[in-house]
Amino acid sequence: MTDSVEKIVSSYKSGRREDLIPILQKIQEAVGYIPEEAIVAIGNKLKISTTKIYGLATFYDQFRFFPQGKIHITICNGTTCYINGASDVIEAVREFVGTEPGDTSRDKLFSYEVTTCVGGCHSSPVILVNGEYHAPVTPESISEMLSKLRVVIENE
Amino acid sequence: MQITIEVNNRKIKAEKGETILSALNRNGILIPTLCRMRDFTPTGACRMCVVEVEGRDRLVTACSQPVEEWMRIMTHSQRVIRSRKTIVELLLSNHPDDCLYCNRNLNCELQRLAEELNINERRIRGKKIQMRLDQSSHSVVRELSKCILCGRCIRVCDEIVTATTLGFLNRGKTAHVGTAMDRDFNFSSCLNCGQCILVCPTGALHEKHNTTEVMESLNRDNVTNVICYSPAVPCAVAEIMGLKYSKEFDLVLNAVLRQIGFDKVYNCGFATDLYIDKAARSLYSSVKEGRRETTYLSACPAWLKYAEQKLPGEIGSLSTLKIPQQIAGAIVKGVVAEDISGGNSEIFTVSVTPCTGMKFESRRDGMTRKGVSDIDAVITVTELSRLIRLFGVDITSPSGEPADAPMNIRSSSALLTEVSGGYTEAIVRSLMHLSGSGEPEKKIFRKLRNNHGFRDLSLAIGDEQYSFAIVDGLHSLERLNAEISGGKSYDIVEVMVCPSGCVHGGGLAFFSSKEVLRTRARQIYATEESEAVNTASRSPALLSFYEEYGDFSDERGEILHTKYNARDVLL
Ligand code: SF4
Ligand code: SF4
Ligand code: FES
Ligand code: FES
Repeated sequence: MTDSVEKIVSSYKSGRREDLIPILQKIQEAVGYIPEEAIVAIGNKLKISTTKIYGLATFYDQFRFFPQGKIHITICNGTTCYINGASDVIEAVREFVGTEPGDTSRDKLFSYEVTTCVGGCHSSPVILVNGEYHAPVTPESISEMLSKLRVVIENE
Repeated sequence: MQITIEVNNRKIKAEKGETILSALNRNGILIPTLCRMRDFTPTGACRMCVVEVEGRDRLVTACSQPVEEWMRIMTHSQRVIRSRKTIVELLLSNHPDDCLYCNRNLNCELQRLAEELNINERRIRGKKIQMRLDQSSHSVVRELSKCILCGRCIRVCDEIVTATTLGFLNRGKTAHVGTAMDRDFNFSSCLNCGQCILVCPTGALHEKHNTTEVMESLNRDNVTNVICYSPAVPCAVAEIMGLKYSKEFDLVLNAVLRQIGFDKVYNCGFATDLYIDKAARSLYSSVKEGRRETTYLSACPAWLKYAEQKLPGEIGSLSTLKIPQQIAGAIVKGVVAEDISGGNSEIFTVSVTPCTGMKFESRRDGMTRKGVSDIDAVITVTELSRLIRLFGVDITSPSGEPADAPMNIRSSSALLTEVSGGYTEAIVRSLMHLSGSGEPEKKIFRKLRNNHGFRDLSLAIGDEQYSFAIVDGLHSLERLNAEISGGKSYDIVEVMVCPSGCVHGGGLAFFSSKEVLRTRARQIYATEESEAVNTASRSPALLSFYEEYGDFSDERGEILHTKYNARDVLL
């Protein structure tokens, strides 16, 4: 097991279900995602079945279960972005990456997630690429940008 | 204490503390429910059962709210009916609407609600989401598009089965019921018990169908089609067909199966007798030799999987005897094949059982002979009943016929094993026979019967003291562990995952009250009592089999045994 997962889990008391969310948050912060082994470790510690942990974790948008790709895209689907065409943006990214939100592409280069308002409504729709704002975007501009990025990282 | 409440402008009597729903039902007022399950604490999640209570703004869920003295209730006001209707309309808005092709057509709670609430036009249109169809499990199929998120399967799996395989995943539009990491069922901790199927209101969960393979085989040339049925099957078929069961019906079923086209019809109770006899003999001789160790019976496939995934430390204590169904398969393909195949190169064996887990069991490693399965297809009682109807057999008409030798007869002990505690009782009878202690008195078994949960029994048979424990539903493992830590030790532990045993199997008819389980058990006890041979080790079929083919106590006995391995699944 990753050291950090073990360290985090063992710093909590056994059997206290209310610690679940804080543990998940810490692990995500440390590892970048919630690995399967972490879910097993938490289950043993808090005496909760892995299904329930996974169920609770998927209830919130903040947790992911695969390591992020080299390029991680965050797509805003807040109200303003939604009105200004976020669905088409999501569709364009989905098509490019070839997975569902939260997953990572097979070559491990791309991943993306959909969130609520990221505070850039004035020039929506907004996406973040590795934390950097791009706005406003269109499905076309995104495809172009991502294709260029692919060439760059493939040559790295 | 009785109180009076007013319902629909009429005074009715209610018990203090009971729910509004129970007071209404007792007074002849029916209201629809969906998430509610009898004998479970209500959650008030689906709001199907709402009623109007004067003085409350919000409608109140009758299944979870207790009655109170001052209450004035309207159960079918316009507001209430509209609210219930909307709930069903919303559920229907993204439902696949393929009722005609659905496993639960004419037997679906959602259909019934829609009909009861007079829903006859589509007011709400939702996007039909393509949800997963998970056919990965040998036992249970999940059609997520038909799931209405009532949560009943989750509760049964948690609270009755204790496997905690299922949970709500995600949220909003993509919310669904799934397993840890959203794995397919065959990679999950599912025990294949089928209890979730029995409570699902729609066709979202059902047994994996194997009737197609069976029909294909019946239509092929040069195949000997063999069917063997568990002892409870005749009784269960009678229940589905609405007939009163008596043991003559076993013979009628033989005729029915031949009419459908099976070449050989076997009573799987024969294999159960063999299992009991072998288990009793092995216990008898090890105790004689002064070896005392605990053996967990290996007769419930769901328990076997549970032990493999959750109790790796106990795997060594599991009896290595195969489950009776697989013993029957091994005998068909490994012992009598040449005698029965009549020149045909191929034999196709079908097993009929009350249990969905047997489908999984037949696919387990080691259940094959030269790469060919011992049991080729397992169908549940529900599936068999469909076949009987499909083939147009009027089951009231055929007269009885015997099953085929060598597996033509079972003892009444084999029938008993279909109720939890039955294996123990059967082994005790065989031990008394082996030690020459005569017939057991009926009263020693009283403690083992009709009692949910944990039971144990210690008694002297011959010169030895034996002790047995019965784990009736996995909840009772806790009691077992407590007794063992308290210093008790057991020779035999019988574990059944479905509370009450196989009469509660996931492949049987749907039912809504526990009373049905009691009726099934009572029927089995009554039939058992009326039969002549009550001890497995004295079954005439078993004795003549031993005479003809040997008793398999030599190396050939290997075909009756298997081994279990730890299983890595997310628990
Ligand atoms: S078959 Fe049994 S163990 Fe599997 S999900 Fe259903 S209730 Fe749970
Ligand atoms: S699968 Fe069936 S029982 Fe489970 S939540 Fe869906 S509709 Fe309810
Ligand atoms: S809604 Fe997208 S930035 Fe606010
Ligand atoms: S039946 Fe009462 S809330 Fe579901």
